[in-house]
Order: sequence, then C-alpha cells, then structure tokens
Amino acid sequence: MNSSISNNNGLPRPPLGVPNGSSEAKPGFLLKVDDLKTYFPVKKGLLRRTVGYIKAVDGVSLAVKPATSFGLVGESGCGKTTVARSILRLIPVTSGKVIFDNTDILAADVTHLRSIRSGITLIFQDPFGSLNPRMTVGNIVGEPLKVHKKITGPDLTEHVRLILSKVGLPADAMNRYPHEFSGGQRQRIGIARALVLQPKLVICDEPVSALDVSIQSQILNLLKDLQQEFSLTYLFIAHDLAVVQFSCDTVAVMYMGRIVEQASAGELYNNPLHPYTVALMAAIPKINVSGQASSRRLKGEIPSILNPPPGCPFNPRCPFADGRCFTQNPPLVPVSGNDEHLLACWHI
Amino acid sequence: MSDNGILLDIKGLCVSFFTEDGIARAVQDVSFSVKKGETFALVGESGCGKSVTALSVMRLIADPPGKIVAGEINFDSRNLLELSDQRIRAVRGNRIAMIFQEPMTSLNPVYTVGEQIVEAIRLHQKKEEAEAWDIATEMLRKVGISDPAQRVNEYPHQMSGGMRQRVMIAMAISCKPELLIADEPTTALDVTIQAQILDLLDQLQEQSRMSILLITHNLGIVAERAENVAVMYASRIAELSDCKSLFDNPLHPYTQGLLQSLPRLGFTGKRLYTIPGTVPEPLRFPAGCKFHPRCPIGCNDKRCQTVEPQLRRLDNGGGACPSDRRVACWFAPGYERPDDPKL
Repeated sequence: MNSSISNNNGLPRPPLGVPNGSSEAKPGFLLKVDDLKTYFPVKKGLLRRTVGYIKAVDGVSLAVKPATSFGLVGESGCGKTTVARSILRLIPVTSGKVIFDNTDILAADVTHLRSIRSGITLIFQDPFGSLNPRMTVGNIVGEPLKVHKKITGPDLTEHVRLILSKVGLPADAMNRYPHEFSGGQRQRIGIARALVLQPKLVICDEPVSALDVSIQSQILNLLKDLQQEFSLTYLFIAHDLAVVQFSCDTVAVMYMGRIVEQASAGELYNNPLHPYTVALMAAIPKINVSGQASSRRLKGEIPSILNPPPGCPFNPRCPFADGRCFTQNPPLVPVSGNDEHLLACWHI
Repeated sequence: MSDNGILLDIKGLCVSFFTEDGIARAVQDVSFSVKKGETFALVGESGCGKSVTALSVMRLIADPPGKIVAGEINFDSRNLLELSDQRIRAVRGNRIAMIFQEPMTSLNPVYTVGEQIVEAIRLHQKKEEAEAWDIATEMLRKVGISDPAQRVNEYPHQMSGGMRQRVMIAMAISCKPELLIADEPTTALDVTIQAQILDLLDQLQEQSRMSILLITHNLGIVAERAENVAVMYASRIAELSDCKSLFDNPLHPYTQGLLQSLPRLGFTGKRLYTIPGTVPEPLRFPAGCKFHPRCPIGCNDKRCQTVEPQLRRLDNGGGACPSDRRVACWFAPGYERPDDPKL
C-alpha cells in the first residue's frame, strides 16, 4: 500500500471515531470529519409537516492523512455517498464538523466555500452521464480552470494537454466529443477534469463500478499512479470490498448511516470482526475457491432507514444478536490491542 | 427431451444488426449446448454478444435492425428459428423463461405484482383466475417473500430491489420452465442480496431440474455457480470449458488476462495486471483474431493479425484437458494449425 502511512507514524494520533469537541484540526490530517449527521426530513400530508427523519448519515467520524486513501464501503443506501456530499456541503448537514486543510467547511461563508471546493474534486461513477455531450473534451477538462483559476487562452490549452497525457489520453482527444470515447476513456476524461485543478483531496465515488472488468484494473492502477505522482489524497467510495481493499490504506465499513468497522486494509481482510464485515466478505463470489458457495448467508434485507430497529441497526440480520444488541447501539471504539482497528459491536 | 440429455443446442449462430453506419456482427459462429439440469454460464464484457445470444434463444431480436443470419437453436430437438410466431409464443415465457438485470424497469409499475404473475400464468396455462392467484401467492412464497398473501397485492415500487428480483423470478418460474435464461440477474443488487438471489436460483434448480443459462460479466459468480462456461469476446466464443478447468488452467490469453486483472480480496500487490486497450466495438472489429491488438502473444504474430482462429477442440489425445474443452487461439497448446498458404 502507500508508503506515506509510515511517514506519518511519528505524529500524535488522536482517537478516531470518538466525537471530539475541539474545533481545530489535528495535525497530520488533511480531512477530519467529526460526528457528522445528515438527516433528511420526511414530509407528509397536505401541510407537508415533518413526520420523521431519514438518518442518512448518523454520527460518522473519520480522519484522512495526506497522500493516503481512505475507503468507505457499504451497500446501497448505507450513506457513503451522503458522507461525500456532506463534506462538500452539497447538501445541508444537520450537525457535526468537517475540517479540511485546517478550515471548517461547514462554517465557511459562500466565497470561502468556493475556494475550499477548488481543493476538493470529484470523480463520478457514470462516465456517460457525468460529461456534457455538447462540450469538447478540452472544454470539459478546462472548465474548472476557467472557473476557479481564471486561466484562459494558450495557457489553458497547455494545462489541459498536460493533464490529458497524464491520464493516458491521446493528444487529439481535446477537440473531440465524449461520445467518441469508450467507457474507460470517458472515465479518464472525468479523472483529468478532477485533477486539472491540482486538488488536495479527490473524492472517488464508485469510480470503476460502471466499467468493464478488463478496464477496471487499468483505471485502478491509473488512480494509484496519479496518487503517487501528485501526492493526492483519496476518499474512495465503493460497494466492492475487493476494489476498496486494493485501492485504500484504511477502510471503513458503513451500515445504515454509521461506520461499523474501520481498520487498515490488510487488517480488515485478515481480521474482520464485525459480523456484517464478515458476511460482506463471504457474500463476494470468489474465483479462487473451488466448490460450492459459502453457506454463511445474511438473512433478510437492510431494514428501512426510516424505521431503524432499536439497538444495533444490524440486529435483525445478525446471527449473534442478543440482549444488549436489541436495546443499545454499540459505539465505535478501538479494539483492544490495536487502536487503529475500530469496531461497533457488543460481541468482540 | 433428446436422449443425450441436451436441452438447448446452439449451432453456428450468427446475428447481425444492419445499421446506418454498417453491419454490426454482434454474434458470430456461436455454438454451445446446455444439458438438462445444469447451469451454463455465458461470460464476457459489454458488447461481446452474450445478451444478443440470449435474446436470440427467446427470438426477441428486433428485426429490423437485427437479424439472425445463420445457425440453429435447437430446444428439445426442435429448431426454434423455424417455428412460426404463434408456436414460439407457446414456448417463450412457458418452457423458456427469462429474467433481466433491471428488476425495476422489467416490472410494470401500474399493475400489482400479483396481476403481473397471474397474467403470465393465464397466458400459458388454462387456469381459472382464482386458481392463478393461488399459484401466484405460492410462487412468491417459494421465492422467499415473507407474507406473500399481502405482498401479492403490492405494486413494484413498494418493494426493494432484491424483492423485485424475487418477483421477477417468481413470474419466470410460474410456468415451470425447462430453461431459465438469467441475464445479469444480480448486477443491480447489493452483494449480500446477490448471494441470496443466487442461492434461491440454486435451490429452485434443485427442486425442478431446470436448466439455467446464466449470463454475467462476473467471473466470481461463474466460478461458484456454473458447471460449464463459454467466455465470449467481441462476438465469438473465445473459450468453452467446464468451470473447474477454466479457472484452474485458462487457455485463451483473454481468459488468462481477465482472471489476472480482477482485484481479489486479500491481494497485496501494488498494481493489478491489466489487459491493454479497450473492448472493440462491433462496427470496428480488428482483422484476424479480434483479441490480437490486446494480446501479449498475438499482437506481433502475422497469423493472429490476419486469420481468425475458429473455436476448436484441443488435440492432445484426451490428456490433460477434458475432451469437450474448446478454444479459439492459434497459440493454445494442442490447437491444430492447418498450414495456410497465405502466410
């Protein structure tokens, strides 16, 4: 994995996952999210009264070191994308703190927010829907420079040419339109657009899940190469545990708006502790196991997030759930013996 | 049912789409057979022709622009391509059923799921309305939907993605088909739900001995669920094999590359293997072997660049490989290379 994780070993390590009242960012972190809550009101009836809340993100804390990758993994509806959108303040946040590069994003005014956002860019899942079909690739990739850096003319062209070559697109791509490119190449265009501003943080939201198998590995390798070259920090969001494990230094597993387990990629694979993480791994169809599929299956589906069960939200599907699991939601705390491995489960 | 246990036998299937930009040969010379009670997987990336092959079996290729230009599709020893429209309707949805990738768009939002299942039952079987409703409820119970008597009156939007896919399966099996074509049945679902749906298909297959033609891009699913597999690339079958041999010892460079490039859990390397280049589009297939521009062996070989290898049984005296293993690669061990005077 990335070597910079060891570079940061000497820095003081604040307790992750524990809500923290202090306002300044801890040294050594590019992004720090504290007890983030994003609730969507549910309105009903003629008067559109708020009858309840969907707790899409319910107390998420995470910290990302510079030049590393932090992976958020979970099934659809677990809140991983909402975390990303909350960080960028693209949706109103209910409470919590987001400190990026020593600035509190949630407290910033509009002009300040604009400049902060030029340091955080996004790579989207759908390489077909996220590129304007009426703009040339040169215009698509150059647009952020015009908006944020006021660069125009030959300077702009030069910047765009350089970044296109970095992501492995031919020089003539600039004057062509997105429809002339394949899915993998379009994803490269999206990556070029995200990197042209030289951001500090890149949020990759399912960057390969829409791509063909033989193209996925090309893009995953490219993202790693670019990370090394530009010392990029990634917040990597995906549903595929194998992809996240390959791409990330630290992986957090989300379930119903909360992080249920977090550890380094290797530790999570070798020593998964939360029953949900274990089940998630068991459910992935594997090509290196001969014989029949695993019999450890999760029963049931993700419960409605509007009416989460009391206690641990995983209890209806958990094979170990008992007494306390039905009444109290377990906090995310370090596992004894490894304070970088965090777990929210009463059964350790 | 023919005596050798083969339910579906496809021979030399060619499907083309006649478009304004030219002829897209989506499926070329595809031959394979599915035995009774087995799961046969067609695996490949987008545009390789796997879905077009499945739609051809259902005779659902839109004509124009598509046309089945050659080949036979023998189902229970009858060529489906020769049946009249009326006779094919008696087979389609009845003896051969299909489930699709997107359970949201394949269900009609303005009818309850019960009405949709009942419609399918009454179209193919002479059942009274009340009896059909009973069957529909029973089918929902069979696919693991709790409280089926109430769920049968619900609309698709009231259900989750996994449940909708269960409804699709309930509809598909309501006429007790002999062949179920599952076109990416779990691609739109979460992994834990995917595992449940695949388990359900296994279980239904065990109960009824139906055959499943499983179409997927996910090699993991193939390895866990299928007995035999055809790997498709750019309109042709690159490799046809039993599952175990394919994963133990892939012979086609494309299969080898695909297996190596998958990120696997527990992989600790810094980089993934990659197949260079992109999947060619049907209108711009390269000459010779269609994989040669991306192939580590074939990219510089004259024969690979000019002459397309056919899918052949390997000639190694029944040694290392089971006799029904076939591959389309000039460099596969045991692949017979007739001398071509042009080279």
